[in-house]
Amino acid sequence: MKRILLGAIGALAMGATAASAGTLADVKARGSLVCIVNSGFVGFASTDKDGKWQGYDVDYCKATAAAVLGDPSKVKYKPATGKTRFTILNSGEGDVLWRNTTWTFVRDVDVKLAFQGVNYYDGQGFMVNKKLGVKSAKDLDGASVCIQTGTTTELNLADYFRVNKIKYEPVPTENNEESRRNILAGRCDVYTTDASGLAATRATFKDPENWVILPEIISKEPLGPVTRHGDDNWSDIIRWVKNAILAAEELGITQANVEAMAAKAGNNPEINRLLGTEGDLGGMLGLDKRWAVNAIKAVGNFGEIFERNIGTKTPVGLERGLNALWTDGGLQYTPPFR
Amino acid sequence: MSDASTTESYAPGTHPDLPPPLLESGAIYWVRKNLLSSWTNIGLTIAGVYALWLIVPPFYDWAFADAVFTAADRSECQSLGDGACWAFIQERFTIFIYGFYPEAERWRTIVTFALLFVAIGPLLFDNFPHRGKAMLFSLSYPFIAAWLLLGGFGLTPVGTDEFGGMLLNLIVGITGITFSLPIGIVLALGRASQLPAVRIICISFIEFIRGVPLITLLFLASTMLSYFLPPGTSFDLLMRVLIMVTLFASGYLAEVVRGGLQAIPRGQYEAADSMGLKYWQSMRLIVLPQALKISIPGIVNTFIGLFKDTTLVIIIGLFDMLGMGRSSLADAKWAGLSSEVYISIAVFFFLFCFAMSRYSLYLERKLETGHRI
Repeated sequence: MKRILLGAIGALAMGATAASAGTLADVKARGSLVCIVNSGFVGFASTDKDGKWQGYDVDYCKATAAAVLGDPSKVKYKPATGKTRFTILNSGEGDVLWRNTTWTFVRDVDVKLAFQGVNYYDGQGFMVNKKLGVKSAKDLDGASVCIQTGTTTELNLADYFRVNKIKYEPVPTENNEESRRNILAGRCDVYTTDASGLAATRATFKDPENWVILPEIISKEPLGPVTRHGDDNWSDIIRWVKNAILAAEELGITQANVEAMAAKAGNNPEINRLLGTEGDLGGMLGLDKRWAVNAIKAVGNFGEIFERNIGTKTPVGLERGLNALWTDGGLQYTPPFR
Repeated sequence: MSDASTTESYAPGTHPDLPPPLLESGAIYWVRKNLLSSWTNIGLTIAGVYALWLIVPPFYDWAFADAVFTAADRSECQSLGDGACWAFIQERFTIFIYGFYPEAERWRTIVTFALLFVAIGPLLFDNFPHRGKAMLFSLSYPFIAAWLLLGGFGLTPVGTDEFGGMLLNLIVGITGITFSLPIGIVLALGRASQLPAVRIICISFIEFIRGVPLITLLFLASTMLSYFLPPGTSFDLLMRVLIMVTLFASGYLAEVVRGGLQAIPRGQYEAADSMGLKYWQSMRLIVLPQALKISIPGIVNTFIGLFKDTTLVIIIGLFDMLGMGRSSLADAKWAGLSSEVYISIAVFFFLFCFAMSRYSLYLERKLETGHRI
C-alpha cells in the first residue's frame, strides 16, 4: 500500500506520464499492441461474425503489430468513442490511435498529441434527400442538420454556416448509426460528416438513388494515426509503418509477392532497403530487420488495404480520389526510404 | 294454482346456487364492466383498439410475416423481403452471447452459467432439496466461476479483455448484485450507528457515490487510475469495473435498506434490547429480517437498474451485448440493420429484468405475515 502511494505521488510529481519506460519497450514486454479503434464505423472498424475486428484502421493496427512483434494477431483492440479517444491514449490505456482522427492544430499542440501523417484524406460533405430539391449547401438556410458530437465536423459546420450567414438547427448524435436513423426518420433534413462516411451510410439505404451528396466539400479532413507526446522512438515507428505500407504500393510490392522479393536483394535499392535485404532500417527503429516485410505480408500495400475495406468493389464503394498515389494525381506520398 | 313439476320446494338454506344472469357474468360482463362502463371508457377503449390496430399488424408483418431468416448479407435480405432481417441476428448470435471468448473454450461459459442456477437455487428457494449442503456449494461458486472463466490450473487461460457480449453483462450484473447487497446492508447499519467515526465514513461514502454518475466512476476507473498507480502496474480493467459497479450499487442499496430500518418501530429495537440481545444479535434476529422484508421492492429495483447499467461499460471500451451489436452494425456487409439488433437486445434485457421482478413478487408473497408495520 505504501509503495503504491509513494509511486502515485512520484508519478504525479513527474507530471503523471503513465508509460515512462517507452511505449516500444512496454509493447514488447506485454507481447501485444493495444490499438485504439472506432467502436463501429463502416469500412474502418467493425467486428465480423466470429467477433474478429476488421476494417481499414484495423488493418493498420495489424500492420503495426506485425512490424513490432512479428505477428499481426497480437493486437488488443480498445474501442473508443469520439469523446473518449484522446483521454484513453493520453492515460496510457492504449499505445496508438488508429481511429479516423482528423489532424488539427489544437489537437496536435494543445491536447498534446503527436500526429504521424495521413493515411486517409477526407473532407466534410452534406447529404440530403432528393425530394428537398437542394442543389447546393448554400440553399440549406433553416435546415436541421444531423451531426456527431465531439468531432471536427461539428466545428466545421458552425464555421461554414457562420461565414455564409445561414441559419441551421443542429441535431446532435453520438455515432454514425444514430445519425443514419435520424435522417431516415426525417428528424433532420441534412446529414453532414466526412464524405467517406456519407458514401458508406448511403450504401446502407434501401433507396440510395434518392439521396444526393452535395457538391460542396467544406473542410479538409486529414485522418491519421496518433501517439502520445514525448515518445519519439514510438512515433517514428508508427509513422514509418504507415509510410512502408504506402511505399509498398509505389514500389509494386504486394501481400502476395513480398516474401519472394524479400528472399534476396533485387535490382531496386529502395526495395532492398525497405525489405531489409540491404542496410538495417529496422534496427534504427529498434525493430527486426524484416519489420516492413511482416507488415506488408500481414495486410498488403496501401492499395490492397483500401480496396479490401472501402474500395469500389465493397459495399462502401469509395473511389481512390485524393487517396490515389501522387504519381496518379492523388495526395498519397511518402518520404524516401534511405 | 301451483305447478309442482316446474317449481320444486326446498327447505330453507338448501337451494342450490343458480348461475348468475348472462349479462352479469363471463366475458360479456367483463367487457361491459371494464371497457364500456361509461362514455369516457367507451371512448378510451376505441382509442386503445385503434392504437393497437395501428401498431400491431405492421409490426407483425415487419417482424414475422415479411421477415427474412436466412441470407448471406443485407442486400440479399432486402431482395428477399421487406421485413426484418433476422438472418443478421442469427449470424451474430454467438458473438452477442460470448463476445470475443475463444470458440474452443465456450463450453466453460455454458458450464458456469448452468452451475449458476445450481448455486442460486438454495439461496432463492427455501424448499430446495438438501439446502444446507447446497449452500456450501453456493458459497464456493464465485471461486469456481472465476476459475472456469479465467482458466489456469489445467484450463487454458482466457484474458478478461476477451470477455464480451451477454457474458459480460451477466458477469458484471451478477457480481455487482451479489456483493453490493452485503456491503449495502453494512453501510446502512453504519449510517445509523451511534459511533461518530463509523457514521461519518459511511455517510461520506454513500453521499459521494450518490452524487456522482456511474459513467464518471467508470471513466475514472478506466483512465484516471493509471495516473495514480506506479508506472508499469497493470490492474485488470474488468476488475476495476466490477469494483466500481459494486461500490456504486452498494451506495444506493444502503439508502434503500436505511429506509427499511427507519420503518421499524422504536419498540422493536427496545424489545430486542430488553431481551438482552447484543447489537449484532438484535440486528440479525429482530431488525434486519423485518427491515429487509419491507425493502424488497426497493432492493430489486436497484438490482434491475444495476443490470441495465452494465451496458455503460462500452464507454470504457468493454464490449457488452450492446457494444457487440454496435460494432457488428458497422460491418459493411450488414450495416443499417439497427432495429433488428436493438430489438433483440431489448428482448434479452426484458427477459432478465422481468424474471427478477417476478421473483421479488414471489418473495413478497412468501414473506407476507399478515400484519403490516
